[in-house]
Amino acid sequence: MTRPGDILLSVKDISLRFGGVRALTDVSFDIHEGEIFAIIGPNGAGKSSMLNCINGFYHPQEGTITFKGAQRRQMRPHEAAAQGISRTFQNIALFKGMTTLENVMTGRMLKMRASLAEQALYIGRGRREEIEHREKVEEVIDFLEIQSIRKTPVGRLPYGLQKRVELARALAAEPELLLLDEPMAGMNVEEKEDMCRFVLSTNHELGTTIALIEHDMGVVMDLSDRVVVLDYGKKLAEGTPDEVRGNQDVIDAYLGVSHD
Amino acid sequence: MLYREAGQFKTSYSADQAMLTIPLDRWFVFALAAFAIVGVPLLASEYLMVSILLPVLILSIAALGLNILTGYCGQLSLGTGAFMAAGAYLAYKIATNITWLPIWVVIPLAGLCAAAIGIAFGLPSLRIKGFYLAVATLAAQFFLLWLFVKVPWFVNDSISGVPPAPPRTVFGFQVTGAAAGDEAKYLFVLAFVIALAWIARNLARSRIGRSWMAIRDMDIAAELVGIRPLPTKLSAFAISSFYCGVAGALWAMCYINSVEPTAFDINRSFQVLFMVIVGGLGSVLGSFLGAAFIFLLPIFLNSAPGWFGYSVASDTITHIEFMLFGVLIIFFLIVEPHGLARLWQIAKEKLRLWPFPY
Repeated sequence: MTRPGDILLSVKDISLRFGGVRALTDVSFDIHEGEIFAIIGPNGAGKSSMLNCINGFYHPQEGTITFKGAQRRQMRPHEAAAQGISRTFQNIALFKGMTTLENVMTGRMLKMRASLAEQALYIGRGRREEIEHREKVEEVIDFLEIQSIRKTPVGRLPYGLQKRVELARALAAEPELLLLDEPMAGMNVEEKEDMCRFVLSTNHELGTTIALIEHDMGVVMDLSDRVVVLDYGKKLAEGTPDEVRGNQDVIDAYLGVSHD
Repeated sequence: MLYREAGQFKTSYSADQAMLTIPLDRWFVFALAAFAIVGVPLLASEYLMVSILLPVLILSIAALGLNILTGYCGQLSLGTGAFMAAGAYLAYKIATNITWLPIWVVIPLAGLCAAAIGIAFGLPSLRIKGFYLAVATLAAQFFLLWLFVKVPWFVNDSISGVPPAPPRTVFGFQVTGAAAGDEAKYLFVLAFVIALAWIARNLARSRIGRSWMAIRDMDIAAELVGIRPLPTKLSAFAISSFYCGVAGALWAMCYINSVEPTAFDINRSFQVLFMVIVGGLGSVLGSFLGAAFIFLLPIFLNSAPGWFGYSVASDTITHIEFMLFGVLIIFFLIVEPHGLARLWQIAKEKLRLWPFPY
């Protein structure tokens, strides 16, 4: 069910090398507004490297990334955040010593403007902002159904809930593009179903464009509008889940080819 | 009217975000502050006020400062003594050269100077972490102290190199120097303590506090949500050094009544670090508990044998003190890295369920 939309993010001929290792070679694809876009591929295919490029953690040697019409080559992660790109990590990157609420509040960081003095004295904007943003954060907390763990330090939470808190932190920033790096990894079926529900309702209700990496093919085929397949840093195929499923190169990459 | 945490419902976010959400807690803190302001000067002996409360309060400010840097922002520092010295020497320099400036302006100003120095020595923190950063701040400790001793400009070319604190007044009461009244000194320091503790709590619950904790817990993810590492770390260095500078200035002006380098040597840095570790990393309450505990333990050890009619040689006591400190530091690092403040929290949690185990 491809929905037409303007191109939100355009990746063009990206090449990324670490010394002699070619992590990505001439990869190009477009992500359209409002779609769920999946990046799949065997281990070491360069999926996470791709997200890291989009996100500004890695700086590709060649190629351009155009986000919302603005082309760029080099960008720091906090600049990506300022432009409206949020992400979650494969192995959870939460602030373990802080409560769920504080973690989600950090997602609002860039929208807060109070000066140091206002924060130090907790007056004026310092106080007002805390309350305004708390309201927004509570909406996200309601949305992801994590009300009961609001004041729990996230280090004490079970894995599945930590993943959800991480999604909450990303959503609190009200991103235009949400990058999810294996959101279902290590979860049981029930938790996966919950997470799928949250990803879908984020896309449908909040209209957020989502790019996700996932190994569970059932999840990928059900959720995504379009899929790109990477293998050894090269793009193998791109298209709707059905198109990709039937692609011989993809089948070969996943199942192997006989050489006799 | 029993103290309990259950059933204390809040109907607005502003109530939920208050510094102390439980009314009884709030009343207790107000009562404690009122007692410290009114009761202590009326009731306490001169010894208790000047020899115990005054240094504990001043060291609490330094511990708060180090806690902001190490406990909240996760940057280990051994330069606390140097930043205190910067506050002390610059407070002296400012107070003696701009004599019309009221002392309650001079001390925060000296704190700001210390903050600027702190920023300079915080610059390496972008590249180095943990123990290596501690060594870099150790350089600050030795360099700054050497500088203050070596350059007579800081002490107005005083021949002894250890000039007495200039006498200054607030509301007509002398608060600095040897001739100042005990109550006046105590209240002057207390005003700084209350203001700075309140500000520390506010910072900790605001955006800046969350960005410090984010950097402490996971700097990569912090960058992801839009926190820039360098300005955040430098702000922690600046504010921490400001607190240490104010503490150093008060220590020189109000407690030892002279500006001398030995008061701010490496031992002071370690003493404040121990306070933060024992009291509790990342806790304002812990800074106070730690300061009181570390400062009072030697005094207690010295006088405890006397209470039971024993006399122990003073060098033995010093040895016992060293051993106890070593054991305590190891104990807290292994068993309870969050220190006395966390023990207090656990005790409250247990009491909440008492007498049932869970």
